[in-house]
Amino acid sequence: MKFYLKKLLSLLLTLLLVSVMAFAAFNLIPGDPAQLILGTQATPEALAELHQKLGLDKSMPERYAGWLLGLLHGNMGTSLQYSRPVSELIGSRLPVTAALALMALLLIFTVSVPVGVFSAQKRGSPVGRLLDSVTMLNISMPGFFLGILFIWIFGLVLHFFSPGGYVGWRESPAGFLRYMIFPALAVALPNIAVASKFLRSALVEESGADYVRTAVSKGLSKHIVLYRHMLKNALIPFLTLSGMMVAEIFSGSILIEQVFGIPGVGRLLISSILSRDFPLLESLVVYLAFLVVLANFAADLLLQAADPRIRVKP
Amino acid sequence: MNNDRRFSLRVGAVLIFLVCSAALISLFYTPCDPYAIDAAQRFLPPSLHHWFGTDNFGRDNFSRAVTGARYSLFVASVTVALSCFFGVVLGLLSGFAGGIADEIILRLTDALSSFPAVLTALVAVTVFSGGKFAIIPALAIAFLPSFIRLTRSGAMRLKNLDYIQAAYVSGASTARIMFRHLLPNLLPTLIPAVVVGLSNAILAESGMSYLGLGIQPPTPSWGRMLFEGQTYLFHAPWETLSAGLMMVLTVLGFHALGESLEK
Repeated sequence: MKFYLKKLLSLLLTLLLVSVMAFAAFNLIPGDPAQLILGTQATPEALAELHQKLGLDKSMPERYAGWLLGLLHGNMGTSLQYSRPVSELIGSRLPVTAALALMALLLIFTVSVPVGVFSAQKRGSPVGRLLDSVTMLNISMPGFFLGILFIWIFGLVLHFFSPGGYVGWRESPAGFLRYMIFPALAVALPNIAVASKFLRSALVEESGADYVRTAVSKGLSKHIVLYRHMLKNALIPFLTLSGMMVAEIFSGSILIEQVFGIPGVGRLLISSILSRDFPLLESLVVYLAFLVVLANFAADLLLQAADPRIRVKP
Repeated sequence: MNNDRRFSLRVGAVLIFLVCSAALISLFYTPCDPYAIDAAQRFLPPSLHHWFGTDNFGRDNFSRAVTGARYSLFVASVTVALSCFFGVVLGLLSGFAGGIADEIILRLTDALSSFPAVLTALVAVTVFSGGKFAIIPALAIAFLPSFIRLTRSGAMRLKNLDYIQAAYVSGASTARIMFRHLLPNLLPTLIPAVVVGLSNAILAESGMSYLGLGIQPPTPSWGRMLFEGQTYLFHAPWETLSAGLMMVLTVLGFHALGESLEK
């Protein structure tokens, strides 16, 4: 119990620090944020108005407290660019990005585990070498370039989908999934390469362990040793990796949404940067970071459940 | 050194040598002027004169891709040098000194790495607003946590070894132990991380340039070429392919090299 309490406290501390960092990034910049938003040609009246809108007339700690309270209540102010509540904007875009991230995560799990096991089994053989080379090439291929190649090959040449013709879930679930499959693949593939390489080396490391020798010498078949004994142990570090991968997936989907023209959080983020919409940007940044922290926390809890040994040494 | 590693080393070294020498030669000579606009020469397919064809403005794709290598390599190396330097100092401080300094640095590193790398870099570019090379400090901040972590765990592993204790007993200062005794022994883990870091920095830079927040046009950059080429993908995929190919080969080269150097 004490262990979980400690974990929870450290989670809250991280969330607090993340919010301080996001706030500080936009509020400790040298110069006037209002000036930065409006540019050098702004009139004094416009500046004064924006000052009041952003609450810049209050002191820094006061502003942080107000912002944090608003954040927790889902009240994040008004977007300068869209003149709509920030929470409404994020709420309408988040499901799209969540769908993309979930599809990518699903692909990562279903593909990288078999590929990792297979390449560990075949290591040293020509097939294994080929697989290693493909993995290496895949790691070096950024998701957004893959996305562009997909648009060219599967969109423009083979007509599997029409690039730029995003279909919303409400309009047509089938059309939505059909459009999202290639973006999800582009987000997933570099991560699949990393994950399967990771699993492969974890399995190779396990193969030298004493319990594997024991299991083999008491006459268990290779398959049983691999699947019942080694894979279980190798999946434990893999779980930690998949928690960390959530940040990678978000990083990837910011770019992929731009490549495929998907109206998700990533596109909202880029448009808020280009139009210097700081209230919107600030909230987006802190929410995405919160999601990453929570995903890591969830992976951590799963890890505790899967491997009681970890609980002994916090 | 086994066969696989020797193969990686060779592939990596050859690719990096080719890309770096192309980038260096581009300082003095490119087949065509990478900035010369010629409306009569738009979207030419690859030929003997234009190896990778021409773009929307009739500029030579090969010359632009090679010139782009120069900027990508420059941004990546400065970025990695900065984040490695600060990461090593903070990591040594945190891993060796321990105590309250360790706690603070560790917490901040954890918090910083909760922001997806692209997000950190995007925010930093926005906040540093403008400036041709705002992307360098932005990416350096995004890559800082990985170097802090690596150095910290290395320092913690080494600090209880006899030779460090001996240095301590003989009266060496903390700074001397950190930089003269610990650091040289961390190099075998740091060097591969720097080389792989270069490939990650190139990927991140081209992603930012693709979004229009990295290297600014008309300066050629791979990310921007990918973006500009995407509009004309169907009729003239040459621009996209030439920039993408150069980028993938460079990243692959650094990756293979870094991997072969790992223990």
